[in-house]
Amino acid sequence: MTSQDSEGELVSGALDRLLANFLPETTDPKEFWGAQFDTGLAWVDFPVGDGGLGVSPSHRATVDRRLADAGAPTWNRTANVLGIGMGSGVLVSHGTQEQRERWLRPMFTMDEIWCQLFSEPGAGSDVAGLSTRAVRDGEEWILNGQKVWTTLAHLAKWGLVVTRTDPDQPKHRGMTYFVVDMEGEGVDIRPLYQITGEAEFNEVFFDDARVPDDQRIDDVGAGWRVAMTTLMNERVAIGGSTVARESGMIGAAMDVWRSSGSGDLATRRELARLWGEMEALRLTTARASQNATAGVPGPEGSTGKLAWADLNKEVTSFTVAMMGLDGATIPEGYVLEPTTYDTREIERVMSPQRQFLRARANSIEGGTSEIMRNILGERVLGLAGEPRVDKDLPWKDVPRG
Amino acid sequence: MVDPVSFIRTDEQVMLADTMREFLASTADLDRVREASLTADACFEDVWQSMAEMGLIGLAIDEQYGGAGFGFEELAVVFEELGAKVTPVPLLSSVMASTAIAFAGTEAQKEALLPAIASGDVIATLAVFENAHDDAASRPGTTATPSDSGWVLTGTKRYVTDAVNAGTFVVSARCGDGVGLFVIECKTAGVTVEAMPSLDATRPLAEVILEAVQVHHEAYLGGAPNPGAIVKALDAGVVAMASEQVGGARACLDASVDYAKTRYQFGRPIGSFQAIKHMCADMLVAVEHARSVAWHAAATIGDPVESEISVPLAKSVCSDAFLKVAGDNIQIHGGIGFTWEHDAHLYFKRAKADSLLLGSVDSYLDRLADAIGI
Repeated sequence: MTSQDSEGELVSGALDRLLANFLPETTDPKEFWGAQFDTGLAWVDFPVGDGGLGVSPSHRATVDRRLADAGAPTWNRTANVLGIGMGSGVLVSHGTQEQRERWLRPMFTMDEIWCQLFSEPGAGSDVAGLSTRAVRDGEEWILNGQKVWTTLAHLAKWGLVVTRTDPDQPKHRGMTYFVVDMEGEGVDIRPLYQITGEAEFNEVFFDDARVPDDQRIDDVGAGWRVAMTTLMNERVAIGGSTVARESGMIGAAMDVWRSSGSGDLATRRELARLWGEMEALRLTTARASQNATAGVPGPEGSTGKLAWADLNKEVTSFTVAMMGLDGATIPEGYVLEPTTYDTREIERVMSPQRQFLRARANSIEGGTSEIMRNILGERVLGLAGEPRVDKDLPWKDVPRG
Repeated sequence: MVDPVSFIRTDEQVMLADTMREFLASTADLDRVREASLTADACFEDVWQSMAEMGLIGLAIDEQYGGAGFGFEELAVVFEELGAKVTPVPLLSSVMASTAIAFAGTEAQKEALLPAIASGDVIATLAVFENAHDDAASRPGTTATPSDSGWVLTGTKRYVTDAVNAGTFVVSARCGDGVGLFVIECKTAGVTVEAMPSLDATRPLAEVILEAVQVHHEAYLGGAPNPGAIVKALDAGVVAMASEQVGGARACLDASVDYAKTRYQFGRPIGSFQAIKHMCADMLVAVEHARSVAWHAAATIGDPVESEISVPLAKSVCSDAFLKVAGDNIQIHGGIGFTWEHDAHLYFKRAKADSLLLGSVDSYLDRLADAIGI
């Protein structure tokens, strides 16, 4: 018997026990998630005790499918995505035993929501240029500065924050990573209204916020390395999952054509072309996932985020154009209100006009398309990097503006 | 909802690709292709002979008719490597003609015709287009009228791939109310082949003029109209060509990336400039998407429902991708990329011609639109 077979039996045995002892239809979701964590099925590839069984990540798909088929609650992954999708990997790769024991389980059960604080007004694509300061004061650190585009900050208990701890070092070397209490003193959270009028994101101001040293992740000065783990997980999470044919924005385009399209043949042809581009992306994602599972990942695993962002913008723009004069209206209107992120919110259907506006962020969030093209060019195709004028300068001497 | 096919090549398919690559590296270099592209009848006969000996020409023809009985995935592997080297061999024509015969022919006709095609002894091609805007559904102007001993065919087929090198034509003709397929030998009285100077000279096109050509009854495939077989034959061509396009696009991307690493301007490799780097990144996305749909089409061509989507999808995505990548390849090479001595034009011409052959991209988009219910 190969180790893959025995791992498979371990996973399916755990699934059988979980689903037999905690019937999805009668168990409170939080209780179910707690049991799922304790059975090692939260992140099946994590170590035993950290919500996993220490098996290959390829078993994640099996767990997802079995739980979905059984009608188990899985929306914690969406509602607490920055914790369960990204923070968890950071804690497992870089956290201490105490930190993992303290944070992973309540993260998975949704008792504690997480957010991520990287971008700043002066540090967007160049996130390593960030200037939020953390200064040591005995067994504590004192934080001052501003973060932006912080999803879920207004609901979060914990935040993953990267700070500048040594301004005399070149920018990549002087950073340190912390978990900060978002409900603590000196943390001010304000909604950041976007072009749709909603506020999915927040601005966060640190004004002498205190963080105990035991909430530091990895070494002082290791912040960039830890941040890269987070960002890699983010880019895989965006545009990395195989979805059903004709789902997402192209599905909305098809609905518009059928319900209110002009019937124009050139438009029909263009819709078919875009449908095909989306299907090509979907098949490429499926191919990437098959190759990754088989242990032969190729360049197809890195193209999804860029292709998805560009196509979403193109398709949503085309959809609104198909609506004719209705495309010049927006049924929801504009109301400045924070997004609530409850389960109904996730299932809410936006108008094509609103999707068109929202899609503009697709090529900015999680790494701009320009940065993604740099990554494809340099890391996948092996092209030379841009000359960097700030690489060896102390961070404090780098021009900013 | 259709689950994606398996995209992972079998060990045998990996080996087949390696064999093809080594074989073409030693026999089909691009200088030879460039020379051949100055002729009106480009064909690497030595490569064709070797491919025949390796059993590659009848790869997807049934074993009982002298082929190897493999699927379109194996054919896709071979075409990708041929495309990467723009190798002038009449395999695409042969695949289309043999598919038409396999779908429309009687048992006796298949036994009589397919073994010689599978062995490479006879080069066959499909002659169905007559006018510049014809597509798979167009009714031919060529007519077949009954005679004492069989049929008489009159008309002009145009844009026939590899006709100048072919011994056998599979010709569509109006036959009463229907459209049928006839097998005509090139030496038959009344048949004239006139080369058409081809944008992509590595895939020579020609007119096949039929002036009261007399054929026997057994030349009429299946003895009955069968327009569906024309679609099947062209679909086979589209799917084979899609992998050829992937190979060509891959070669263009590789050439661009190599050049961007070694060409210095302003004291640094041009690939370090985002203007070039980002172009290469977009080319990579196009190549990877084309690769996915080409393989998906090869794996599903036998599925009557899914192929209505996968075949037109392959035509649209692979044509657009190859054309974009081949054009960008010239741009990244700058002046040298515009010269005859450089390889870039061979791919660019192939890319443009491919997008126009076997029916326009638009005609396939219309078919895709039908299939997805819009």
